Amino acid sequence: MIFDYAWLILLFPALGLLFNAFFGRRVGHKVAAIVANLAVALSFLMAVALAMGLSALPGDESSVEVLLWPWIHIAGFQVDMALLIDPLSSVMILVVTGIGLLIHIYSATYMKVDDEHQPMDERRYARFFVYMNLFILMMLTLVLANNYVMLYLGWEGVGLASYLLIGFWFYKPSAADAAKKAFLVNRVGDFGMALAIMWMFFLFGKEAGSLSFDAVFAALETASPAVVAALTGVTLLLLLAATGKSAQIPLFVWLPDAMEGPSPVSALIHAATMVTAGVYMLARSHPLLELAPATMTLIAWIGGLTALMAASIAIVQTDLKRILAYSTISQLGYMFLGVGVGAYVASVFHLYTHAFFKALLFLAAGSVMHALHGELNIDLMGGLRKKLPVTYAQFLIGALALAGFPLLSGYWSKDAILLGAFVTSYPLYAIGLFTALLTAFYSLRAVYRAFHGQPRDEHLYDHAHEQPRGMTWPLWALAFGAVFAGLLGLPAIFGKEFGFPVGNLIEGWLKPTFEGLSEPHVAFSTEMALFISSGFVALIGIYLAYARYVKQSGWTLSLQKALSPLQPALENKYWVDEIYFAVIVNPLRALARFFATGAEGVIDGVVNGVGAVTTAAGVGIARLQTGLLSWYALSLFLGVVLLLIYFVFA
Amino acid sequence: MNLSSLNWNSLLPELVIVATSLIVLITAVVGKVSRVDRIARGHALAVVTLIGLLIAAGLTIMQLSQPASDFMGMVQSDALSHYLNLVILLAAALAVLLAWDYLGRFTYSFSEFYSLLLLAVAGMMFLGKSTELITLFVSLEILSISLYILTGFNRHQLASAEASLKYFLLGAFASGFIVYGAALLYGDTGSTWFSDIAANASGGFLTLAGFALLLVGFAFKIAAVPFHMWTPDAYQGAPTPVTAFMSVGTKAAALVALFRVLQSAVSAPYETWAWALAILSLLTMTVGNVAALRQTSIKRLLAYSSIAQAGYMLIGLVAGTVLGLQAMLFYLFAYAFMNIGAFACASLLESDDWSELQDASMANARGLFSRQPLLATALAIFMFSLAGIPPLAGFFGKLYLFDAAIDAGWLWLALVAVINSVISAYYYMRVVVVMFMEAPDESTRVRLPIPDSAILAIVIAVLGALLLGILAGPSFASLGQAVVAWRF
Repeated sequence: MIFDYAWLILLFPALGLLFNAFFGRRVGHKVAAIVANLAVALSFLMAVALAMGLSALPGDESSVEVLLWPWIHIAGFQVDMALLIDPLSSVMILVVTGIGLLIHIYSATYMKVDDEHQPMDERRYARFFVYMNLFILMMLTLVLANNYVMLYLGWEGVGLASYLLIGFWFYKPSAADAAKKAFLVNRVGDFGMALAIMWMFFLFGKEAGSLSFDAVFAALETASPAVVAALTGVTLLLLLAATGKSAQIPLFVWLPDAMEGPSPVSALIHAATMVTAGVYMLARSHPLLELAPATMTLIAWIGGLTALMAASIAIVQTDLKRILAYSTISQLGYMFLGVGVGAYVASVFHLYTHAFFKALLFLAAGSVMHALHGELNIDLMGGLRKKLPVTYAQFLIGALALAGFPLLSGYWSKDAILLGAFVTSYPLYAIGLFTALLTAFYSLRAVYRAFHGQPRDEHLYDHAHEQPRGMTWPLWALAFGAVFAGLLGLPAIFGKEFGFPVGNLIEGWLKPTFEGLSEPHVAFSTEMALFISSGFVALIGIYLAYARYVKQSGWTLSLQKALSPLQPALENKYWVDEIYFAVIVNPLRALARFFATGAEGVIDGVVNGVGAVTTAAGVGIARLQTGLLSWYALSLFLGVVLLLIYFVFA
Repeated sequence: MNLSSLNWNSLLPELVIVATSLIVLITAVVGKVSRVDRIARGHALAVVTLIGLLIAAGLTIMQLSQPASDFMGMVQSDALSHYLNLVILLAAALAVLLAWDYLGRFTYSFSEFYSLLLLAVAGMMFLGKSTELITLFVSLEILSISLYILTGFNRHQLASAEASLKYFLLGAFASGFIVYGAALLYGDTGSTWFSDIAANASGGFLTLAGFALLLVGFAFKIAAVPFHMWTPDAYQGAPTPVTAFMSVGTKAAALVALFRVLQSAVSAPYETWAWALAILSLLTMTVGNVAALRQTSIKRLLAYSSIAQAGYMLIGLVAGTVLGLQAMLFYLFAYAFMNIGAFACASLLESDDWSELQDASMANARGLFSRQPLLATALAIFMFSLAGIPPLAGFFGKLYLFDAAIDAGWLWLALVAVINSVISAYYYMRVVVVMFMEAPDESTRVRLPIPDSAILAIVIAVLGALLLGILAGPSFASLGQAVVAWRF
């Protein structure tokens, strides 16, 4: 049975990271990269094997639990190291290891130079791959965990890997600050996660005896109304955790700054995989969410508003990677919207297509960065398509997929979410549709500004060079996915009406995980109308960008002028960072200053007092240790007398 | 009595150890060798010792599931003694690895050292098996006398000799109490067999005083407060491999023997002795931890720490349940790895001047991380584990002990133990802070030579401390299966 070897999927990246941690600096670039890549490649093969094993299971079985070892077993409560392999986790491990592999291959070439475009020294090169393998290991732990405690382990683990990689150029103050910011903002979310787990332990720990997904969800069936009411609180805390990891309102502020990390890191962690952990966790917890309708509504609105807000900010950004970062936040918002309206399959489907085209965009952006020696400002680019035809083609494919250009992958998955929103709430649908317009506009704006028109900086332009071969083919593989990945999720209704031989494959695959929940379905004519309208909206967005940045039509300029009052808000990202500083950071600092000066005497007095008393006791006791033998014997004798008295008179 | 009617199998591991000890001793008088060859011969003897220990461990593992009682009921070989044997043999093997290089710097009496070490091992193993007072006393004396000599093995050093003498005099004092207690029990019941004592005890003054005096002897060996006074001096003065070995082996054997006495010989009510042990446990962990706070020598700090650790382990006896025994055995394994590992690292920090008290002081560890990151990381892992930081072995050991205490209704003791853990974190972390956050000064900038044998010992200890934590569930469960078979 293939599932007996499921642990191999974790072992490979673990071995890879250990090898590079201990020997990486001595073996040179080539071996370090090969080991790290091989580790992920073997993991990917294992993921494929597991998915195939899963599909070969008889119809009524859809998930397998693999016990690695029972970890904590105390007082009737049990935490196991166990893997849950089911349709949902199999999709996740395929995305994590598959996209992860392509990005590892790309990194092997990309990371040969450092941020100053100097050859990278071997120590740091190996360290990069240690962190990357660590990330893969932790991400797999997160998505394969069969219980909340192990999921939390992975959750914190990917946070650590993310911190280390954002701050990879730690000697740059901006990178060190960004890493710290990501870590601190994520702490807020992680705090929610910890509280949610403790609350669940309180609610279900006794009777379920564990916090495995199975046990918790089974306990829901017999849960009392009070417990069900408490679930709203639990799910709100889970939501808080998810908004931290997946960069949603109110905790999205760290992700744009996280672009300080190397581009492959942005592609892997801050676009394709880690940031989707929140979506995964919510989808995994869907039985809890179904009992907390208020949380569901909140998730949907957070998702919708985040999508809209981030897309609007992306429009005015001039840093290529920041545009993509806001775009990621916006697309994650779509996924939250999908979860919130109960369209889990659509969310996971979008997670999967998004991984392809967003990884493609980030790696292509990294390729531009390579070509321009680190420059990312699109105002200084222009006309690059002549110099970088390959990168241009790749970036364009990614941008079109992101824009929801009809028949590309992003089109199908975004529409699936919009369909879910349409069924649940018209305002949310409207927000989603309008965001789609903005998405198409800012994606193509980036393309036109960077690759079309005349070079705006001759020096940069003249020195631009096309990507090396080691980076090219992983990008083409991603581009292939960006174009065709959506075909796995063609609407089921097409199959019925047009007689396609295959229906919605991904829905069929995920069905067992979301058993008993009906994916939203509407009449064929309505569904067609929705498809046509969102395709139309995407085309309008693309045309707007074309008219504004290529043709530079007069009416677009006047439109821009009409909208210019909005510009400061957008350019300052709605002042969210400033608000946080005013509302949270500065009051905390003031409080800290108060404690540091005003209350110092009291608090330090208490703390130091306890310490001083204890250490004074230590000195006292140590003084009893005189070194004199007769004194020692006396102490012994006293003990004897006391024990005798106690035993005889007790 | 017919020799062939005895079940020699039940003592096979011990016999192997005694035989190895004799072989090692005999080589001392065979032939004359030059100085250089002496070192080589020392290594050969260490190998012989290790082989003996391994064979004994192998035999013990083979016997794991076979409880046997023999020699007219004087020894009992069961899950308890088997696991104890493994702890002792592990401790001894690690100590041999530490002594490999360490010993040659101040002595050439290798055969004496290793044979005494093996005799101490045999004494400990017999102690854990004995179910009769005279057997118990003789095994206790075998291990004690061997350890007195081993403590003073570095004759060039005054501190070592002083430690040995103090340990010996106080040990003799404590042995007196044990004999006295045994005599009282014999007077009361007319027998020295545990089972007879339990059956025939009058429950009057003789019984109770007998048990109290017996308890004194064990408390002395465990280094429970207030019978601990010898410990800091002896642990600091003894050669470090000896300290590492006796801090684990003696405690383990005495704890297990005490458990056996309490469960099979004591007829006093549970509350009586459990409360006495609970008070001992409270005093031991508190005094050990508090006294460790201001130590400047890592070795002395570890001595106080091991007093405190004994306090935690006594909790398992206080609970007196299957869970308590299981937790105590688990902790013994965890303690063997982390404590010997810590002493191993400390031994590498000692200065090379063998006539002085070569202390591994805090100052020697300053900035160790920037000099030797791997050594510093290893010592940090041991410190974290001793402090009880998850997911290391020490954390799970404490978790199980505290759970056993709460389960048996000793909530307050568990709370005291938790507070003690907090206090202990201060001095354990201080070592880490000194190593990682302070810059090395001129005197500590040199690179320490680390012999391969010590590396092996430290690697084994690190793996043990890590794996017992990560695999806490299965290890604890397998201890449980064996221990449940034990009659209560």
